[in-house]
Amino acid sequence: MPEMTMGKALGAGLRQAMADDDRVLIMGEDVGRLGGVFRITDGLLDEFGAARVIDTPLAESGIVGTAVGLALRGFRPVVEIQFDGFVYPAFDQIVCQVAKLHYRTGGKVRLPITIRIPWAGGVGAAEHHSESPEAYFVHTAGLRVVAVSNPQDAYTMLRQAIASDDPVIFFEPKRLYHAKGEVDLAGHVADAAPLGLARVVREGTDVTLLTYGAQVTTAMDAATAAEDDGISIEVIDLRSLSPVDYRTVTASVRKTGRVVVTHEAAREAGVGAELIASVTEKCFHYLESAPVRVTGHDIPYPPAKLERHHLPDLDRILDAVDRVLDRPHSLSEVAQ
Amino acid sequence: MTYTPTTDTAQHTDLDAPLQLLTPEGERRHDARLEPWIADLDAEALQGLYRDMAIARRVDAEGVALQRQGQLGLWAPAQGQEAIQIASARACRPDDFLFPSYRELGVLLVRGAAPADLVLSWRGEVLSTYDPHELHAAPPQIIIGAQALHAVGYAMGVQRDGGDQVAVAYFGDGATSQGDVNEAMVFGSSFGAPVVFVCSNNQWAISEPVTVQSKFPIAGRAPGFGIPSLRVDGNDVLACTAAMRWALDHARRGEGPAFLEAVTYRMGPHTTSDDPTRYRDSAELEKWRTRDPLLRLEAHLREIDAFDDAFRADVDADALSYTTQMRAAAVGATTRPPLALLDSVYAEPHTGIDEEREHFAAYLAGFADEETR
Ligand SMILES: Cc1ncc(C[n+]2csc(CCOP(=O)(O)OP(=O)(O)O)c2C)c(N)n1
Repeated sequence: MPEMTMGKALGAGLRQAMADDDRVLIMGEDVGRLGGVFRITDGLLDEFGAARVIDTPLAESGIVGTAVGLALRGFRPVVEIQFDGFVYPAFDQIVCQVAKLHYRTGGKVRLPITIRIPWAGGVGAAEHHSESPEAYFVHTAGLRVVAVSNPQDAYTMLRQAIASDDPVIFFEPKRLYHAKGEVDLAGHVADAAPLGLARVVREGTDVTLLTYGAQVTTAMDAATAAEDDGISIEVIDLRSLSPVDYRTVTASVRKTGRVVVTHEAAREAGVGAELIASVTEKCFHYLESAPVRVTGHDIPYPPAKLERHHLPDLDRILDAVDRVLDRPHSLSEVAQ
Repeated sequence: MTYTPTTDTAQHTDLDAPLQLLTPEGERRHDARLEPWIADLDAEALQGLYRDMAIARRVDAEGVALQRQGQLGLWAPAQGQEAIQIASARACRPDDFLFPSYRELGVLLVRGAAPADLVLSWRGEVLSTYDPHELHAAPPQIIIGAQALHAVGYAMGVQRDGGDQVAVAYFGDGATSQGDVNEAMVFGSSFGAPVVFVCSNNQWAISEPVTVQSKFPIAGRAPGFGIPSLRVDGNDVLACTAAMRWALDHARRGEGPAFLEAVTYRMGPHTTSDDPTRYRDSAELEKWRTRDPLLRLEAHLREIDAFDDAFRADVDADALSYTTQMRAAAVGATTRPPLALLDSVYAEPHTGIDEEREHFAAYLAGFADEETR
């Protein structure tokens, strides 16, 4: 199996999807000649032509709104939003149109639209280039929301997203675009785990650590470090945020009895809140301690020089692990 | 006026004198630009336009009545706007794809909407009724202006398919303030997409006069996007037909988008929840009453000896048949079972919804005994 970066794997996924189905279109700002600001669509214009790789006007609502019309005509548009912070102008089209048209028409209209979003922080970017808006979309019925964490998933899940007859919000952690891994390019999409399935990245018995996106890497580092203290952490990469694969999640929680959730996005009404509420409903009697969230602060994304204090790192995760295990931790002396 | 029009000779944006072929008194006027487009319209064709407009008006009145009687939750009256709705939709081919707002009931009638299609969503039984792929019409849009982009996207799809269909975006004067309508014009123009924008300028966006949306004739904006436009008397079904045929031809020939501003008037309230006496005076209404699209076509038909009692009776019968079915569909509607509310959220199985359905079904099953007792 070839080794490649996540960025290359995404490009390979797009290329394969376009080769497999000539109704697949790429559209977005700078996706043609430039190959996208992250070069994910590099080479696709030359290979598939300007009718299928569309450099659009600089208008996010326009990009998503025209994708709706193209889907009505039977195309499968793959839309690139240049950066997470620029998805907001398209929010109305995504939430009111993309998410609802299937329901509104009683299933008569399908919108197989994939909206790719280079996502989240940790890359020292300028303002509006490091946002984690996933909760807005998870809260919206009618959308599937996925986040990838490695090259193989990037390749496979992107193809699955494009093949899905539902609209998919596809989050790509910018922090991992250059992370390398082996990718099986020959595998059939049909043989892969379904799009909605979580993955147990590391098995453990003491604590279930739930996460997604670039935080999977940090969570794995934390689990490795915890091992030195004799703590066994099970790390789950959710991969799909809507729907969440609660079968995998609750099986793990029933085994460990302890839950920590970590994500970059702010805490308030975030994905972690939903995960903990659901886990508590589904396996309250298995819980040995109150679940804990390790998230970004409830602030607008900070300037680059401060972002390392915002993003949950290995130590903050380990501190939370100490909390659920009732070991001494940073809040031991603080009234909780 | 200080804008620079495009070179298209059909360009016409004069604020005070929209293009006209039929005066309010029903007299034929000459307009060298428009006339060629309706040369084929004989008396029978004109009668057809009258019939459609008359049915639309009766449907509208029935909608208001049904709402007042508590059968519908809301209705958006279209009285006064029949000419542009009927003319524009009739000018289209059946396979052109139309993207209406909530007020284009005349467009849906021309498209062959069943009587139930016009009432079941206003009643709150379903969110939309007909199959868009069958009628070649998107569900009525409530988010102002959103559909303009859908139309452009559809038109871009037509280009890629090598088809010769045109997509038509309908919206009001208020919608022209929305980013989506402006983005749609950018996309449509940049890609030369076969799309026609039909703005029904009915002078009001709920309580806001068109001057709040624009200090400039709306049709005058399109040239700034590189889109030729026409400003027509929206109550003149002949001018509307001619203008729409020009616009469709322009788009179908691969010349890119065209824009129509139909200058018309909403005679009734914005919706049945609205009270227009709070923001507009009766003199304005009376002025527009004299420009009624139906009365002027009737006068013209009488002039050419194509309107008599038998014809009126015939049209009345058609309208009555339609409204009777509408009423029956509303009054006789059966509300779907509670579990239906979880249908069609996703196209493919979704574990979250599946679990929700399972739990809700179990909850509902708890009442099963009560109902049988
Ligand atoms: C995005 C959005 N904002 C506000 C509204 C509420 N609203 C419904 S109709 C309307 C006025 C629309 O005016 P116009 O576009 O001129 O169309 P008309 O109703 O006159 O046909 C408003 C403000 C809405 N439906 N959508």
